[in-house]
Amino acid sequence: MKDILSELDDRRATAKLGGGQKRIDAQHARGKLTARERIDLLLDEDSFEEFDMFVAHRCTDFGMEKQRPAGDGVVTGWGTINGRMVYVFSQDFTVFGGSLSETHAQKICKIMDMAVQNGAPVIGLNDSGGARIQEGVASLAGYADVFQRNIMASGVVPQISVIMGPCAGGAVYSPAMTDFIFMVKDSSYMFVTGPDVVKTVTNEVVTAEELGGASTHTKKSSVADGAFENDVEALAEVRRLVDFLPLNNREKPPVRPFFDEPGRVETSLDTLIPENPNQPYDMKELITKVADEGDFYEIQEDYAKNIITGFVRLEGQTVGVVANQPMVLAGCLDIDSSRKAARFVRFCDCFEIPILTFVDVPGFLPGTGQEYGGVIKHGAKLLFAYGEATVPKVTVITRKAYGGAYDVMASKHLRGDFNYAWPTAEIAVMGAKGATEIIHRADLGDADKIAQHTKDYEDRFANPFVAAEKGFIDEVIMPQSTRKRVSRAFASLRNKQLSNPWKKHDNIPL
Amino acid sequence: MFDKILIANRGEIACRVIKTARKMGIKTVAIYSDADKQALHVQMADEAVHIGPPPANQSYIVIDKVMAAIKETGAQAVHPGYGFLSENAKFAEALDAAGVAFIGPPKGAIEAMGDKITSKKIAQDAKVSTVPGYMGLIEDADEAVKISNQIGYPVMIKASAGGGGKGMRIAWNDQEAREGFQSSKNEAANSFGDDRIFIEKFVTQPRHIEIQVLCDAHGNGIYLNERECSIQRRNQKVVEEAPSPFLDEATRKAMGEQSVALAKAVGYASAGTVEFIVDGDKNFYFLEMNTRLQVEHPVTELITGVDLVEQMIRVAGGEPLSITQDDVGINGWAIENRVYAEDPYRNFLPSIGRLTRYRPPAEVAAGPLADNGKWQDKATRGKDFAVRNDTGVYEGGEISMYYDPMIAKLCTWAPTRGEAIEAMRNALDGFELEGIGHNLPFVSAVMDHPKFISGDMTTAFIAEEYPDGFDGVELPEETLRKVAASAAAMHRVAEIRRTRVSGRMDNHERRVGSDWVVTLQGQSFPVRVDADHDGSTVTFEDGTAKRVSSGWTPGDQLADINIDGETLVLKVGKVSGGFRIRSRGADLKVHVRTPRQAELAALMPEKLPPDTSKMLLCPMPGLVVKLDVEVGDEVQEGQALVTIEAMKMENILRAEKKGVVSKINAGAGDSLAVDEVIMEFE
Repeated sequence: MKDILSELDDRRATAKLGGGQKRIDAQHARGKLTARERIDLLLDEDSFEEFDMFVAHRCTDFGMEKQRPAGDGVVTGWGTINGRMVYVFSQDFTVFGGSLSETHAQKICKIMDMAVQNGAPVIGLNDSGGARIQEGVASLAGYADVFQRNIMASGVVPQISVIMGPCAGGAVYSPAMTDFIFMVKDSSYMFVTGPDVVKTVTNEVVTAEELGGASTHTKKSSVADGAFENDVEALAEVRRLVDFLPLNNREKPPVRPFFDEPGRVETSLDTLIPENPNQPYDMKELITKVADEGDFYEIQEDYAKNIITGFVRLEGQTVGVVANQPMVLAGCLDIDSSRKAARFVRFCDCFEIPILTFVDVPGFLPGTGQEYGGVIKHGAKLLFAYGEATVPKVTVITRKAYGGAYDVMASKHLRGDFNYAWPTAEIAVMGAKGATEIIHRADLGDADKIAQHTKDYEDRFANPFVAAEKGFIDEVIMPQSTRKRVSRAFASLRNKQLSNPWKKHDNIPL
Repeated sequence: MFDKILIANRGEIACRVIKTARKMGIKTVAIYSDADKQALHVQMADEAVHIGPPPANQSYIVIDKVMAAIKETGAQAVHPGYGFLSENAKFAEALDAAGVAFIGPPKGAIEAMGDKITSKKIAQDAKVSTVPGYMGLIEDADEAVKISNQIGYPVMIKASAGGGGKGMRIAWNDQEAREGFQSSKNEAANSFGDDRIFIEKFVTQPRHIEIQVLCDAHGNGIYLNERECSIQRRNQKVVEEAPSPFLDEATRKAMGEQSVALAKAVGYASAGTVEFIVDGDKNFYFLEMNTRLQVEHPVTELITGVDLVEQMIRVAGGEPLSITQDDVGINGWAIENRVYAEDPYRNFLPSIGRLTRYRPPAEVAAGPLADNGKWQDKATRGKDFAVRNDTGVYEGGEISMYYDPMIAKLCTWAPTRGEAIEAMRNALDGFELEGIGHNLPFVSAVMDHPKFISGDMTTAFIAEEYPDGFDGVELPEETLRKVAASAAAMHRVAEIRRTRVSGRMDNHERRVGSDWVVTLQGQSFPVRVDADHDGSTVTFEDGTAKRVSSGWTPGDQLADINIDGETLVLKVGKVSGGFRIRSRGADLKVHVRTPRQAELAALMPEKLPPDTSKMLLCPMPGLVVKLDVEVGDEVQEGQALVTIEAMKMENILRAEKKGVVSKINAGAGDSLAVDEVIMEFE
């Protein structure tokens, strides 16, 4: 009997060594942790329950039958993050370079099916050389099986990918369809075709880091939502993100005890808007001063910085924030910022996360670059996302809300629940100068007259009261009371119920 | 007494004067430029008059504009503060002509003391000890050498109209005297339009010690003891204290009496300061007299209990002094730190912008000044120490590029110097100031410097102790352990809160353990945290323990910690995966991890900061106006590379050395953050 029990211990010990101590050391030498070490950091201590520890591949080609390590290059299971259940798979680079075989894929599929059924997020820790070439099409089938599950799980449970090593070729499309992708600086990269193929086909010489490193994907391509210094930091920050997210789409976003007065007055916000309307200010100051404890989890911090997206808590409950950033491109909307914000708004709507929007937008960025790039359809994504969202929506216009961009930014007309404006708000079709030059075209030659017309236009429209008279603004609020007002607004919306007409799905202009 | 006075100044000194006027029941008028529309002194005054655009030479120092404001408001007297028009005889004259009282000395005294050569002559006549030197005008370099030899080297060659180190040379031999004379003369001609030069003995081991005097118009004069201002950076005072740790009673008395004699010699009637240089043997020499209220006057007020502004107003109103020399004592010790908007990590580069956070430590009234009325109105009454903060800014306000970068004058008082320093350390640690660069870490470092603590300093203190600038503080082991223990206790609280999130699996909650590893300043401390109702006992590996208690909750940016009965104030911020903790001048990244997390974190490679020697970094947040070079261009040292607009100012960034541009990362119209890489060189 004892021998039989110790057989389990022995097998477990072997499985836990993955590709063996030598490969573990090599992994460490690259500044990377092993699949199991990463799980230790991601989950609460001793909370991991593993599945399929003894699964082995079934390939018999190329002598593969002689090497059948337990686990087959991926560790899967479930555990908790601060006591809340999550499913996890962690690819083991020490076993066949983490390559994906038929059975490796089956392990992932198993936990994804369970996650959808039991309503818990899926977190994938990616560190894989790609398809198990020895298995041929079986490996490709495995990828597709995972893809199909990513698609089915989308909008049902949050899916988070952390790229902690290579992720190339078909492998990229699984993370691509998850809600968030994070990367580890200097040790991870993602691309569809690697530097060698690029050189052969296009003669471009490029390093893996330049082609698909963390910097590329957080700043240029927007594929990744964030990047961290190392494995330890990345996993700690993923835990922090999970604290913000609901476990599934049937559940309200989480609430936790908070140590911040919801009625906290911030008198300094009364001077946030500079006297000169063309001078920028940092919208992040407003976000952090409104948020519980100044805590802000920013998504896509380094991309399309003219719009800010991320999570805060108000009265302990998660709220998604979208805000124009006057510090960059005057906070205008363009292709990149519209896409970035639209995807974020849709994530929040999927998972019942209320949306707080801070508006200071002078309009859409003009130019051939934008028009040729299809700003019409990309801008429409954000408009569509806001319009279809049924979660509580609270909007505060701090300064400019011009033209079509006013409509887009969670306006009353897109079913905004609370639309507030600061006294400094200017809600108009365009800036006073431009408007005057159109309305008073005949006086264009007369600078004095134009100046007078401009002043008249400013007096009439450069304020929130015209919109407030029409009920498009529910209330003009003091900047210093913003935290209190938006906290109370969301509190009043906790039982909001709104649904869209039945449809198979909508046809957002992708 | 006056019913209404105008304060011809701005910032903290205007606010300071308003406080006393208010206490005396006098109405106040502020003046302000466009840049100061929302300034604190404007908010505090009963009335405010706009006097022009931001540059001081178009507003605060335009006599006609100030006179117009006086006329408009009917102010009966003017307090000039310091700087601006405070030592301008023409202004005093204009006031006189208009029948408005000047809350300062008579015009004649300003004129007499305004010129270095004249003032020194008067001082000599009044039997005030002066630096040996030649007072006459020096014709040429030969004469300069002759005189230098008569005085004896080392000598200092100075421009008569000079100030701020301009037109000043030290010579140790004939050749240096010859060269120094010529360059001082040239510099003086260029800078001041006045090339008169004089030579005097150069004092070694110099300390800057000054005497506060107070005279009325009836021939009475007293001295309110000394202030030591030896901690200076490029002639700018940073730390002042009263009394001086160096003077003995006899020297103090001699300096005080000579100062009063000098004041009387020029018919002085107001508060004034006689500055001396004191050498290592306590020989003191007259430097100059400042015919105004000094920036550092609060330390004198704190040890004497005399409100100098009140005295100035009463004297200007014709009242005789109500205090005699016998009433003036030295009660306790006071220290002042000037908080400047200057970034010590960037060679004290002035930093301007919005004060996103400004929460000075709470004022505490104690000691002589506590009994001095209500002007410290929000202060709580204390016993062991006092905290006073003279300021002219507020959270959400702006530090503008147009004026002096001083944000506040933080003072502490306590019965002894050691206690005053300790109170200052805690006050500095509790001073929340964000949004701009500031010198809080630097002055904190000075407060912990052994030379300062011993009181053994000279005016060369900063230049000698920080020859390569300031790059932060390394905390000593004992302080580090205190910070580590505090961080462990705080982290535990934060982690327990995280486990209280909704949606947990019942009966499978996360349990927060007691064993932690704190990593900071390159060291790791394994600790065990045992918490109870009153706090935590944090035990280190060597068996020693610290008792930590605090009302800190997650999100608080200030942690006031009682550690083994002593106070430790920490500024607590967030960094990825840990805390940013600032205290005692140090700025630390602190990680608190479970033993397993710490074991794995130890495997992470240390990433060296990128080599920036071949890059052009953006020195301030701003907008790229234009690029002056292209990839492949060879640039010479000093060549313009890019123009950055920041705060409406165009800044041209130039090549520091010869090189070839290999990469350009920014284009016109891009907005850049501090330290963003603009271009790289081969």
